[in-house]
Amino acid sequence: MTSRPWDARSEHLLRELAPQVLGAVVRRFRDFPAAEDAVQEAMVAAAIQWPREGFPDNPRAWLIQVASRRMTDYLRSESARRRREPAVAMQSGYLAPAADVENGTDQDDTLILIFMCCHPALTPSSAIALTLRAVGGLTTAEIANAFLVPEATMAQRISRAKNSIKTSGVPFRLPTSQERTERLRAVLHVLYLIFNEGYTSSVGPQLQRSDLSREAIRLTRAVHNLLPHDGEVAGLLALMLLTDARCAARTGPDGELIPLTKQDRTLWDQQEISEGIALLTATLPKGSIGAYQLQAAIAAVHDEAARAEDTDWPQILALYDLLQRMSDNPMVMLNHAIAAAMVHGPSKGLGLLDALDADGRLAGHHRLDAVRAHLLELAGDHQAAIAYYRTAAGRTTSLPERNYLLTQAARLTEGMTNPASNDSTR
Amino acid sequence: MKYILMMNCPKTGYDTFGAWPQKDIQAHIGFMMSLNKALRESGELVSAEGLASPHEAKVVRAGKDGAPVTDGVFPEAKEFLAGYWIVDVESPEQAYAIAARASAAPGPGGAPMNMPIEVRQVMSGPPEDLL
Repeated sequence: MTSRPWDARSEHLLRELAPQVLGAVVRRFRDFPAAEDAVQEAMVAAAIQWPREGFPDNPRAWLIQVASRRMTDYLRSESARRRREPAVAMQSGYLAPAADVENGTDQDDTLILIFMCCHPALTPSSAIALTLRAVGGLTTAEIANAFLVPEATMAQRISRAKNSIKTSGVPFRLPTSQERTERLRAVLHVLYLIFNEGYTSSVGPQLQRSDLSREAIRLTRAVHNLLPHDGEVAGLLALMLLTDARCAARTGPDGELIPLTKQDRTLWDQQEISEGIALLTATLPKGSIGAYQLQAAIAAVHDEAARAEDTDWPQILALYDLLQRMSDNPMVMLNHAIAAAMVHGPSKGLGLLDALDADGRLAGHHRLDAVRAHLLELAGDHQAAIAYYRTAAGRTTSLPERNYLLTQAARLTEGMTNPASNDSTR
Repeated sequence: MKYILMMNCPKTGYDTFGAWPQKDIQAHIGFMMSLNKALRESGELVSAEGLASPHEAKVVRAGKDGAPVTDGVFPEAKEFLAGYWIVDVESPEQAYAIAARASAAPGPGGAPMNMPIEVRQVMSGPPEDLL
């Protein structure tokens, strides 16, 4: 035991250890919901005992031992409840001594836990909640708060997710190489959604809830440390860092949205930008380039421009060409149209939007109207641009975005009645 | 994505509801309580409230000095919000399904009322998803 004051570092240590301990306990006892409760109790015991009695020499082993004891108690009372002999539990190995607890398998356990929580059988919202709870070590109240739902609702969502994992009988092991690609895709998607949830703040009036973004970055960094040679994991981490770097410049004093072209680029986080670029530089030459790496590369080109007018649009257009070949996604086609307009002029971009109209998948989506408004404005057709900004404003369900679009329409309307004021606000 | 499910009824609805046979009132209240319980347990309920009788309803505006100016006594036929649910679901279809469940609350004699429930999305965008 070593004496050390309880501080933010201790909290951080517990948060880091939580998934490793949970992974180890689930691996031994194969009961996810019960293991989660047991680990929670061990965490509480640590928070009470460690500041008083000093830190154990091996905090991880301490937590696993306490949680395993809780599990054993629980399984004993469970088997008594079911009027079964304790021997049944013995036979199935539940009460076996912790032979492998000290072995260095904690990293695998964390990874398996992430694969488990991001199981494709779960709905995205369940997978997100479960990942934040089990791997991120956030409390149910913190998660509920981040998603603006009552704690009881989030608790139900998490417990249902845990139970569906239990009943689905997913074995606690690393997925076979066959399953691996598919499962890793689901994991990255969940991490991406958590980041987006924090970054675009799909809920409520606040544009950014950076705690979720930070947590997504922390978890993706953990996956990257476990799978350092996977290009898409590195790509996703780079994408998050290169996007998060612009966080401080993205909103004004009243929380209003500031588009990329108008941001004060001196506010961008250079450290995050260099880390993101370094990650990309290390992975891009390794061959097989995925969609996250391409998106990160696009973000990097934006981040490298000191002024909006310095943006290397031809390079961005080339990257979108590649991305479009890789995924048949209308949102990618939309961004490709913007890049094409920046390189070849707005009429080229507007022509590509007509193709998207015919495609139909984005019909009625506010983004299509907003991009069309922007390109029409660049083409000088302010009357039509105003109409599309307003249509887009009526269709978005994000408050900051609606305010931004209405402001654009108002700015152009004023410019039409008083042409002199238009240039100053552009 | 979050949706608000609004149950509107004419002012007179509150009076006729009170005049139902006791067992029908109890069945109706029991249905609403079990619906809320089910939504809480499925992890979908954000909030649900029933509103008091519109007989005391007032429309308030700020007067010249900012003091409240009230307006009241509405025609019997005017529709009022009787109660609402806010649910957090994965798709609009799920919100419609919940609205249909609420709409079929039992009325006099236990027959489903099939009340109109207005469903509106709460301002909040799904994450912009590229992949």
